[in-house]
Amino acid sequence: MSSAPLSIACAALLRRDLTLAWRRRGDIAMPVLYALIVTTLFPFALGPEDALLQRIAGGVVLVTVLLAMLLALDAMFRSDIEDGSLEQLVLAPQPLALMLGMKILAHWLATALPLILAAPLLAGMLHLPAPVMPVLLLALLLATPLLSLLGAVLVALTAGTRRSGMLLALMLLPLCVPVVIFAAGAVAAAQQGLPWLAPIAWLGAALALALVLAPLACAAALRIALDA
Amino acid sequence: MSGLSLSGFFAMGGYAAYIWPAYAVFFIVLIADFIAPSLRRRRNLCELRTRLARQAARATRTPPASP
Amino acid sequence: MANWIPLWLHKLGSPPIFYRFAGVLRPWMLALAVLLGAVALYGGLVLAPPDYQQSDAYRIIFIHVPSAWMSLFIYGVMAVASFIALVWRIKLAEVVAMESAPIGAAFTFITLVTGSLWGKPMWGTWWTWDARLTSELVLLFLYLGVIGLYHSFEDRRQGARAAAFLAIIGIINVPIVHFSVNWWNTLHQGSTVRILGPSKMSGDMLWPLLTMMAATKFYYLASLFSRVRVDLLAMESGKDWVRQIAEREGRQ
Repeated sequence: MSSAPLSIACAALLRRDLTLAWRRRGDIAMPVLYALIVTTLFPFALGPEDALLQRIAGGVVLVTVLLAMLLALDAMFRSDIEDGSLEQLVLAPQPLALMLGMKILAHWLATALPLILAAPLLAGMLHLPAPVMPVLLLALLLATPLLSLLGAVLVALTAGTRRSGMLLALMLLPLCVPVVIFAAGAVAAAQQGLPWLAPIAWLGAALALALVLAPLACAAALRIALDA
Repeated sequence: MSGLSLSGFFAMGGYAAYIWPAYAVFFIVLIADFIAPSLRRRRNLCELRTRLARQAARATRTPPASP
Repeated sequence: MANWIPLWLHKLGSPPIFYRFAGVLRPWMLALAVLLGAVALYGGLVLAPPDYQQSDAYRIIFIHVPSAWMSLFIYGVMAVASFIALVWRIKLAEVVAMESAPIGAAFTFITLVTGSLWGKPMWGTWWTWDARLTSELVLLFLYLGVIGLYHSFEDRRQGARAAAFLAIIGIINVPIVHFSVNWWNTLHQGSTVRILGPSKMSGDMLWPLLTMMAATKFYYLASLFSRVRVDLLAMESGKDWVRQIAEREGRQ
């Protein structure tokens, strides 16, 4: 078959998922609201001193974004499993990994992108110095797709089970430790005036690897979990 | 070994509070790990036996007259 | 399947034969583990002299280090068995992988607890964010994730395959975590603690350690065999050979 139908299928799936996400606009706002609430609680717990808040700002924003994404991750394939369209996707002639990659992209656009847009506000609330802000955004731009890709593999593994919320967090924690370390490391290095390119480059390398491997792993996991 | 050195052995040069709990944890966890499957085995076989007995009872009973 | 695999290996993969095989070997493994463990404990706690730096506190090493080795070794076994289970769909490999996980989690837990009991008198703290300690903690979470995923499926075999996939993802992850935490420690200087000095161990400290390591290996085999036997019985509960075992034990 020529490549034209494949690109059409990809575009159609992306459009469908984004339309579905747009129809449930309230769900898109939930993670952002959650991140806002969590970030607001930190100054109350730790005290309003500028120096302390500046020191923790980068890490708090990163962890908050991670938790907000975890909150939305559970729903990545939920509605598609319930109405059976995921099984149709598995049976479709197009390669499953590519189709799942499109679904992950749509999910990232719908959940992580609003969080990245809200990140300057969150960081500003914690007095993150303005020169560090671009590094934080760059780190988030690389770390959030990585988390979406890793999370998608785990969500696919739990597709055959009913309860998965806490289990998903338990399974994701070991995988997101390196992501958090490098993303927060870049922000911390920028804040101390040290070179911050190395951790960003590591994140980029991991993202490139995950972009290739995670959709394949996700497809394999989905086949295992739906194989009844 | 005399009695004095035995109490010296249990004192572990002043580190008894750290060494003996560590060894206790080691043995308690491993013993629990070893007992768990044998308990599970007994429960499983017990359930299986009751199921088999039920099936045998159903087979020997005369089938009820169909309406 | 490929021709180079000998016939007896195929036969060993069948549940009733493995059940009998494991039943014969298990008591011997347990006896070896207890014997070697007792010898190692005598050598480590009584015969070995106190360390010139750590005095008697170092004696935790005789359980801490073998447990740490086992926690990694069992994860390796689990990943290999998982790979075999996913590629060739051998039922026995699934059972071995899934029943290794609780034993590995137990050893990881022991490693963490004894490590902090050793760390308190030596470094003055129960816990430090060193690469090795953090990797061990992450390893515990990986084990718990595998166990949790396995039990969240209603169908056991499907759960075993999903958890096997997770185990393989995890073994790629462990070195990455170790590397990243090392990097992180160089960024945040201040809480670096030297875990083990460069000093060489003397012979009368080394042999109890190696003996204990052998004892834990045999213990793992004994525990794995008894767990696999239970699992095989549960999995094949409809088959004749299981029925015969149930009836034989009921009569006793």
